[in-house]
Amino acid sequence: MKTKTGISKKDRMPYLFLLPAALFILAFLAYPLMTVFFYSVQSYDVTKLANKGFVGLENFKKLFADKIFYRSLSVSVKWVLTEVCSQLVLGMILALLLDEKFKGRGIYRCVVFFPWAVSGVLTSMLWSLIYNENIGLLNSVCKDLGLISKNMAWLGNMKTVFKATAVAEVWRGIPFFAITILAALQNIPSDLHEACVVDGATTMQEIFMVKIPMLKDTIILTTLLRAVWEFNNVDLIFTLTGGGPSYRTTTLTMYMTNMSVKNGNYGYGSTLAVIAFLILLIFAGVYLKLSGYGKGEA
Amino acid sequence: MKNNKGKNVLSKGLFVIALVLFLAFILFPIYWCLATSFKPSAEITSKEVTYWPAAFTFQNYIEAWTRSGFKIYFKNSLFISVFGVVFIVMLSVLTGYALDRFKFKGKNAFMLILLCTQFIPGAMLITPIFIIFKNLGMLNSLFALVLVNTTFHFPFNSILMKGFVSGIDYTIEEAAQIDGCSRLGAIWHVLLPVLKPGIVTIAAYGFISCWNEFLFSFMFISKQNKLTLPVGLKNLVGEFSINYGQLAAGAIIAVVPTLILFSYVQKNLVGGLSSGAVKG
Repeated sequence: MKTKTGISKKDRMPYLFLLPAALFILAFLAYPLMTVFFYSVQSYDVTKLANKGFVGLENFKKLFADKIFYRSLSVSVKWVLTEVCSQLVLGMILALLLDEKFKGRGIYRCVVFFPWAVSGVLTSMLWSLIYNENIGLLNSVCKDLGLISKNMAWLGNMKTVFKATAVAEVWRGIPFFAITILAALQNIPSDLHEACVVDGATTMQEIFMVKIPMLKDTIILTTLLRAVWEFNNVDLIFTLTGGGPSYRTTTLTMYMTNMSVKNGNYGYGSTLAVIAFLILLIFAGVYLKLSGYGKGEA
Repeated sequence: MKNNKGKNVLSKGLFVIALVLFLAFILFPIYWCLATSFKPSAEITSKEVTYWPAAFTFQNYIEAWTRSGFKIYFKNSLFISVFGVVFIVMLSVLTGYALDRFKFKGKNAFMLILLCTQFIPGAMLITPIFIIFKNLGMLNSLFALVLVNTTFHFPFNSILMKGFVSGIDYTIEEAAQIDGCSRLGAIWHVLLPVLKPGIVTIAAYGFISCWNEFLFSFMFISKQNKLTLPVGLKNLVGEFSINYGQLAAGAIIAVVPTLILFSYVQKNLVGGLSSGAVKG
């Protein structure tokens, strides 16, 4: 369809176009990434600067004996699974609803997509007004319903903190899936829907037998992207709970952030970063392989 | 037949209930913050919950804006977001254009690199980037934030821009070149005007991303008069006794610009994505 003529391979133009992008990537992504690997084998703790220097695999040895590392890794797995699954299911339902025609759909769609534009910090502000022990709405609602008799600190309680944080992040994540799945739904040719009507398929049959299989590649790609983002999520957890109480919401990324930002232990923080990066790479590779992405495209 | 009709009513009812539930869940936190922001502090801390302010007041906004420094935070956020948008748009037009219109060695590799950047956690690079800016003497510089935000947000927007560019027929540029335009001239005079919806979309998302950025601002900026909105908000919580009214008002001040921008462009997002930008 499109013609891309008149460009010889010797043309320098494309490289000039990409030069600024390459410079930014080199200066602020590639170079810092390399230094992370460099620091991971160094002792670099701002509280013990006298010991600064090369330590070989000391940091990695420390890491494999670090109980909090294993704990934060399991919190990460739980966090990513909870978030991606709930956001996907709710986002998909919302997308299927929005794919139907109804009065006021335009404005409805705009409003339910709002959280997409809300930052992690703001999300945690909005929800802390609900969860707060003293002024929070959740406490008075639960008391009115007779569910609790005394005010609860939802974010300070070991039993509730993970769920409370997870709900706030699900709130923010639904639109991402709803938007991407809706976009994919609108790409499904309408004669498929007509064929379903002619064959007398129910709505449920149409959704599960026709639409969802057509969405396969979109779902694989968006769940992968979201899993990575949720694994790396810091803003919301950092401002809502700081990782506490007693590491209940300390994901691996939170642990790493606290190690560098709060404790000033850049060396060990970098070691955690290297491991997190490797885990993500392996996860992404295995996920794409196992899910059969790009195969059997219609 | 009759049975079928009953079922239709039932499914329609379920449909409406689902719509209402989603709307309530999504809108309520924003609504609650808005309601809180108009309450005097006595009403916020009182045991009687009011769902709409009984004693309506603008005091929280006035205090947040003047005394808590939100006026300054707002200006700083505006600064980094506007410059961030300029950089992000320029980079994504150049990159998106090159990736769609040219054939060259290393094109797929470059695409792959752009995708891979999405896997690098910002949190992981905080320390090394902090050290870079410390060595450059650029801590407490808003421009440092512009550079970092650009780096983290242009790759995805470039991929999106590639989708927008590929939606425009190359023949219009070709025609301009036959009429004597240079290639750059054709891009400037012919392509960019047609590309405007795509540029507006990317500018809006770029703006929202810069406006919302927290972690780097939190690390790099310590001077009170250089803080951005997200950090200013977070600092309000850190204080000894939290003024919830001001917190709510500050949150509303921070969220309203993004919601307005988002409402303006959200339609293009679904359109842009379904035209193949995210389909691998």
